[in-house]
Amino acid sequence: MPRRRRARKVVEPPSFKGYRPYGTINGRREGRVELHYEEYEAIKLADYDLMNHQEASGIMDVSRATFARVYETARRKIAKALVEGKEIVSVYGNAHLENDWFECTDCKSKFTIPSELLDKSCPLCKSTSIKNILH
Amino acid sequence: MKTLITSKGDSTDSFFDLRFGRGKYFCIHDSETGNIEFIENLNAEAQGGAGTKTAEKVIELGVKKVISGDFGPKAKDLLMKFKIQMVMITDSNKTVMEIIKSLS
Ligand SMILES: [Zn+2]
Repeated sequence: MPRRRRARKVVEPPSFKGYRPYGTINGRREGRVELHYEEYEAIKLADYDLMNHQEASGIMDVSRATFARVYETARRKIAKALVEGKEIVSVYGNAHLENDWFECTDCKSKFTIPSELLDKSCPLCKSTSIKNILH
Repeated sequence: MKTLITSKGDSTDSFFDLRFGRGKYFCIHDSETGNIEFIENLNAEAQGGAGTKTAEKVIELGVKKVISGDFGPKAKDLLMKFKIQMVMITDSNKTVMEIIKSLS
């Protein structure tokens, strides 16, 4: 296996699988809210560690605009779950990330690695020094 | 395995085209036979949805890898769904031949 350096330096995943409302007046609502790993991370950095967007985007190794987008999505999802009495499910890890993009640290090309592809190196320069990125 | 590279012209000396949906030509390289062919991108001048139409063309051609400058969100979703590897390069000074050479 090649080295897979995670661009996001906060490596601790959420410590829960989900949150479920209890005592809801109209009974449990249909559907659930899927909170992605990076969304949880954005909330943690901004509202728990109290970092500003500049610092937080630096930690996650994404642009400020990307950070703002991820953070906004996270807040809206949590608000939706609270208001509509929905369950929150934590979704994280490569297997669940829809956009699995990598960057070659040698030639800087960006690429996807479809699940059935066995070759996990850079498709252009064959370097195995690749890192997972948010795209 | 077939790889598609967006190209500004119809020869291997042509420069790589950063545009996916609006790229002028597609160079298709078959790694098994070593065969290289060029086809014109008929969607390049399309009014809208050039990215989606081009992604559909890629699927139809049976290509497993696509090399371009960037992909629109709809094209990305489609290519992702069909498990086609996407590769993005930002260096437009590369020729198609240089890219093909780096593949083998
Ligand atoms: Zn590389």
